[in-house]
Amino acid sequence: MGFSGFALLKEALNGQRGWTEHWRKAAPKPAYDVVIVGGGGHGLATAHYLASRYGITNVAVLEKGWIGGGNAGRNTTIIRSNYLLDGNIPFYELSMKLWEGLEQDINFNAMVSQRSVLNLYHSDGQRDAYARRGNAMALHGVDAEMLDREAVRARVPYLDFDNARFPVKGGLLHRRGGTARHDGVVWGYARAADRRGVDIVENCEVTGFLREGGAVVGVETTRGTIRARTVGMAVAGSSSLLAAKADLRLPMESHVLQAFVSEGIKPLVDGVVTFGAGHFYISQSDKGGLVFGGDLDPFPSYAQRGGLPVFEDVAECALAMMPMLSRLRILRSWGGIMDMSLDGSPIIDHTPVEGLKINSGWCYGGFKATPASGLCFAHLLATGELHSAASAYRLDRFARGALIDEKGVGPTPNLH
Amino acid sequence: MRITCPTCGSRDLHEFHVLGEAEQARPRLSGDFDSAAARAAFTDYVYARRNPAGPHDEYWYHGPCDTWLVVRRDTRSHEVHDVRAARGGDRP
Repeated sequence: MGFSGFALLKEALNGQRGWTEHWRKAAPKPAYDVVIVGGGGHGLATAHYLASRYGITNVAVLEKGWIGGGNAGRNTTIIRSNYLLDGNIPFYELSMKLWEGLEQDINFNAMVSQRSVLNLYHSDGQRDAYARRGNAMALHGVDAEMLDREAVRARVPYLDFDNARFPVKGGLLHRRGGTARHDGVVWGYARAADRRGVDIVENCEVTGFLREGGAVVGVETTRGTIRARTVGMAVAGSSSLLAAKADLRLPMESHVLQAFVSEGIKPLVDGVVTFGAGHFYISQSDKGGLVFGGDLDPFPSYAQRGGLPVFEDVAECALAMMPMLSRLRILRSWGGIMDMSLDGSPIIDHTPVEGLKINSGWCYGGFKATPASGLCFAHLLATGELHSAASAYRLDRFARGALIDEKGVGPTPNLH
Repeated sequence: MRITCPTCGSRDLHEFHVLGEAEQARPRLSGDFDSAAARAAFTDYVYARRNPAGPHDEYWYHGPCDTWLVVRRDTRSHEVHDVRAARGGDRP
């Protein structure tokens, strides 16, 4: 049943007995038009847009675990479109626009909250770099405002403005950025896709590809063989493992990214604030916990847990920026496996194997990219053409030297 | 995580830096470095990764003794199976 004010009122009077499950526990059929491997945010968004915008509903989403158990449940929920490079800005701005209309589109409260993203700068050189970024954003129609020190102080007075090493000199404010409810996003996309007839098959791991004459014509799974006209993979940190089953080696390393949440406190951090002199970002959840994170663990990893050296670094950044955090207790930490591409940007493209399309390389950017990633991948799966907003995300750009290296650090995945 | 340096013994992770996959040798080419074959070989060498879930040979650098190491480490458990000094032949 659909969500509306009227439905809420009706169920309040009805003892909440009329709600139904969000999606069917579908069993796999022998064949589909499109099989999407990976029931994370990107796979489910792809299924939703395939069904709603391209009219392709004979679709299965295969998930080896359960919906919401992978990186969709292991991020810091930040959404933003404050990028620098031409290849990236239109894509992330498309994503932001989709976030802005998401809840009406999928009839689900994803708690999209445009509470702003503020990047702090701590030196004159960094101010110039942020001004350049802000100008690039503005040229693409993205909101960007440079704030001086006093304007930052008015928004976030609790920072250590006079820190001896990293004084806060100002910031770049992106008002339309913010946060969304990570589980709500996957549940909402799953429900919306299911309502249009998409089969969401949980506990179904893909163990290999069905090949005919070199082309992929389906998948072998723990729940049987499933044929498909087109197979799309959206498996994040497992991309290299799945691609290896199709004899592909990707420009990808898998790394664990940790995040942390504190005990719940009264409202303090009103938006997302990032530290400019290290890698640290913080926001406050609606439950009151401060949610924050920093760098990757530097070595390749498939363990969904991180090490203490990175936490030490995150804590040092936190205290340099907000000394009051020293009194806070940490409630939980978690780790997700990032598909770190070799230039820090994603891939939405055909593969050299006919019948297999790839959506991968999301690095740190996966959550915020969910809607546009789904739309652009759906466009590719439905039409065989690249979406105009994702036309730079080619798999062969490494061979062509057409890298999209937002951070300018070269082929070092642990630095992106 | 601790790594046993062949020179210094068991040392803390803080002393090491990781470079990445040590499974591909640098292409040995003579002649035209701009040929399609050379370009493909170097693209593969610079950008393609096996990225396995399991035992993985990696280059690590130990700062205190200025030595490059080849560390065989399980990417699922972070258990270190083997450490040896990198040789000229497998310099990155």
